[in-house]
Amino acid sequence: MDLLEIRHMKKGFDGLGVLEDISLSVGKGEVVSVIGPSGSGKSTLLRCATMLEKMDGGELKYMGEAAAWEENGRCVYAGKQKLKEIRKYFGLVFQNFNLFPHYTVMKNIIDAPVSVDKVPLKEAQERAMKLLGQLGLADKKDAYPYQLSGGQQQRVSIARALALQPKILFFDEPTSALDPELTGEVLKVIKELAREHMTMIIVTHEMQFARELSDRIIFMEQGVIRMQGKPEEVFGSQDERVREFIGKFTS
Amino acid sequence: MNLATVFLQLIKGMGVTIEIFFLTLLFSLPLGLVLSFGRMSRRKPVQGLSKFYISVMRGTPLMLQLIVVYFAPFYVFGMRISAGYRFTAVILAFALNYAAYFAEIYRAGIESMPVGQYEAAKVLGYGRAQAFCKIILPQVIKRILPPVTNETITLVKDTSLAFVLAEAEMFTIAKQIAAKETSVMPLMAAGLFYYIFNLAVAGFMEYLEKRLDYYR
Repeated sequence: MDLLEIRHMKKGFDGLGVLEDISLSVGKGEVVSVIGPSGSGKSTLLRCATMLEKMDGGELKYMGEAAAWEENGRCVYAGKQKLKEIRKYFGLVFQNFNLFPHYTVMKNIIDAPVSVDKVPLKEAQERAMKLLGQLGLADKKDAYPYQLSGGQQQRVSIARALALQPKILFFDEPTSALDPELTGEVLKVIKELAREHMTMIIVTHEMQFARELSDRIIFMEQGVIRMQGKPEEVFGSQDERVREFIGKFTS
Repeated sequence: MNLATVFLQLIKGMGVTIEIFFLTLLFSLPLGLVLSFGRMSRRKPVQGLSKFYISVMRGTPLMLQLIVVYFAPFYVFGMRISAGYRFTAVILAFALNYAAYFAEIYRAGIESMPVGQYEAAKVLGYGRAQAFCKIILPQVIKRILPPVTNETITLVKDTSLAFVLAEAEMFTIAKQIAAKETSVMPLMAAGLFYYIFNLAVAGFMEYLEKRLDYYR
């Protein structure tokens, strides 16, 4: 069964079509990178998939459970309770981290598990310590976000997402707010997660990284999936637009 | 009347002043938050009504509002005004007026929060109320402390407007003594008391700001 299934997703802003007709399924353990020029709809796709934006048409399913579907040509979302359950299936790592500045690193990680999922405090703390250890941040547990570098903040936000034990993790340009040096430490963490077979969908401009790590690459342009396939297929593509785009990054 | 007696009288009035001050804050701070929700509501009638309320409360003199609140039960409903209503009217008018100012301060604070904070909370599964109370409000409070300090200091001085209803707060008493003794000294002394009160208020607010300085 596919963890995530999107069928004929459409989304426009003020009559301007941003996503035309996106269909996409992601299976367990798969790592999918979404690349493409700015304004191609990558981020909108991610925001619709994580329900930060409402799509205008199409179907969205997690673990076979419908979050949204079409009825009489209109997009209908499941009830509040159902959506709450479905939200537990995925996590999202933002481009600009969006850590809670008034909470310590530890509190950032454990607050949602404790106050949303009702995980006992002690268990949540142990889980958080384990994650922080894996991400090389064990000594930062009492720090506040402003005391950390961008790379550290992004790793904390990855830990925060993982603490809720999602089945699938989305990344929205996770390194775009970081300088090259800090980018490396975040990419390393994502690679580590791939090795542990975490299911991930990554919107990124890091071509080399996407190529090394992904099981599948999706190239988006003007609101449609122009091409998708294994990294070697996409990177070796004869398609003019794909070549031109990738060439800009790799040359 | 010697200086000591004047001070003693003023200190009695100070008690009422302090009472007006704290009761006004007690009621207007929460009321202002509710009002700011109304002002930011997506329901047009609610938003319009809140906007109108704020505009009237900020656009007319507080002294007039005190008079209206005090006399309205008689002129509008034909009720007899009991002696005990005077103080209630003062608190009511102050709370209703200050809530309007606080509402706009809250709104400014809430609207200045980056949308990413709401989105992070949503994705992590927080409900709307939970996200607001745990994530948004604590950060808003830190941001709005300076304007709230301003408003609070103004409130200390505004309590003197209660003299218009002959409430026996410090300024009313100072005026009475000044008239009886034909001396400005009691008024100057009252001024000194207001200043000292405000020093304390400003000091306390500064302490709060420092307490919230642990993050940026």
